[in-house]
Amino acid sequence: MNTNFEPKIVGILCNWCSYTGADLAGISRIKYPANIKIVRVMCTGRVDPTFVLKAFQQGADGVLVSGCHPGDCHYVDGNVKAMRRAPLVTELLKQMGIEEERFKLVWVSASEGEKFAKIVEDMVSDLKKLGPLVPVGGAVKHA
Amino acid sequence: MYGCGDCTTACVLKNRIPDPFDEGLSKRSAAYIPFPQAIPLKAVIDQEECLLLKKGKCSKKCVEACSREAIDFSQKEAVRQVEVGSIILATGFELFDARKAPQYGYGIYEDVYTGIEFERLTNSSGPTQGKILTKKGEEPKSVAILHCIGSRDENYQKYCSRVCCMSSVKFAHLVKEKTDAEVFEFYIDMRTFGKQYEEFYNRVQEEGVNFIRGKGAEVAQVDGQLVVRAEDTLLGAYREIPVDMVVLNTALVPRHDAEKVAQIFGISRSQDGFFLESHIKLDPVTTSTDGVHIAGCCQSPKDIPDTVAQGSAAAAQSLAVIATGKVKISPVSAWSDPDICSGCRTCIPLCPFKAISFDEGRKVAEINQAVCKGCGSCAAGCPSNAIFVAHFNNQQLLAEIEGVLA
Ligand code: FES
Repeated sequence: MNTNFEPKIVGILCNWCSYTGADLAGISRIKYPANIKIVRVMCTGRVDPTFVLKAFQQGADGVLVSGCHPGDCHYVDGNVKAMRRAPLVTELLKQMGIEEERFKLVWVSASEGEKFAKIVEDMVSDLKKLGPLVPVGGAVKHA
Repeated sequence: MYGCGDCTTACVLKNRIPDPFDEGLSKRSAAYIPFPQAIPLKAVIDQEECLLLKKGKCSKKCVEACSREAIDFSQKEAVRQVEVGSIILATGFELFDARKAPQYGYGIYEDVYTGIEFERLTNSSGPTQGKILTKKGEEPKSVAILHCIGSRDENYQKYCSRVCCMSSVKFAHLVKEKTDAEVFEFYIDMRTFGKQYEEFYNRVQEEGVNFIRGKGAEVAQVDGQLVVRAEDTLLGAYREIPVDMVVLNTALVPRHDAEKVAQIFGISRSQDGFFLESHIKLDPVTTSTDGVHIAGCCQSPKDIPDTVAQGSAAAAQSLAVIATGKVKISPVSAWSDPDICSGCRTCIPLCPFKAISFDEGRKVAEINQAVCKGCGSCAAGCPSNAIFVAHFNNQQLLAEIEGVLA
């Protein structure tokens, strides 16, 4: 296995909790791997499964969707909608031959900077073990 | 101006119905004045208890007694619809049911009171006219006050109820003022956070109250004597203290109907179950639904000064909206393209703010931009990709994903 492999992760974060939580990690000078690139949405309820598929198509090795804890969503229950859509995404990924570990849905509140850093760290190390996403049928753009 | 109260003394059920305002420690009539500071200070009839209303039979002593002929039994409850520009929710809290923590003996032993019951005991309009008395009618020789019953406790509520330290210190002061009893106060930490609170705490310490740092673990009865067991963490010793009366200062908890109320008004609740404010520091009175404000303990446990402050803030913010006659809406909102919309209605139940309606004429979904908050749940669910969320539309987000991976 290529030990120098640095996985690319797309993080889709909700504006109110996780994005702020990630921000807090930064403000508190907590170190976490630079492998994650963050896309902000207003709420995880906005996350169309297409976004996740698009990220993999564009060469991501993992996708992290993170929102407010259940009950804390700024829009009442957007995170519950995300939670319902997640199994669908996992199922689609499996059918495409993409390991389900590459997609993760987590809850990080605005005060959990440390937790956010930990999640990213864990995900990076998991993906390193898993290796790069192997393109099937050449649809995946090579990095 | 004020009700004379003649009907309350004439009622045939006089001194028969447990008075909820006194936590059931006293009894009242079916015609009653709710409490001494009630507004308006006038008598009402308890329709659940009144014999005439319940059974259709009564000697109607109250009607006889009323010199103003003010009693009208034909009055019915009416539901009225009022159009308003702004709503303030100040639905308050409930107290933790001390029976859920049976180790403290509430409801098992006599003379174990909750804080609110003790509050009524010490009130001059309360069941004992303000005298602190045990169930036997004697003045207690020693009183234990236990903090944090049901709060700061992994088994019940994790949060701090905020008001109990100060009210416990006040209870201790009242016992000292009204009786010669020895007072033992069991606390985890003393949180005297407000203006002049620390000063009051110091004063009560000087009054000779025994402050024991350690949470009361158990209240038991040994040979008819109440005993409080606790670890004194300052002495590093286990202590058993016999007392005549125990006051359990119970946690403030969200009302049992908080979830229903939150659903009706389209607002969220935080993990502890209290209503969620827009921002914990910068926007503590508005909610995720415009025009709905929150104040007081429905948002989080707080004491009277803080409640008054938040109530005033909520009133001012409500008035600001009404006075300008305009509302500012976020630029992030959704729009559905009628040329693309297939009219499947998938989006309608997805909207947590009921902003989407169905145009029966054109058979398409229509989003009310003033109500929409821009969360994008509808756009993510739309099978035809007909919904565009300003600043977060599909094209933009997909391009962003492409961009970060480039
Ligand atoms: S706002 Fe954070 S998940 Fe909905």
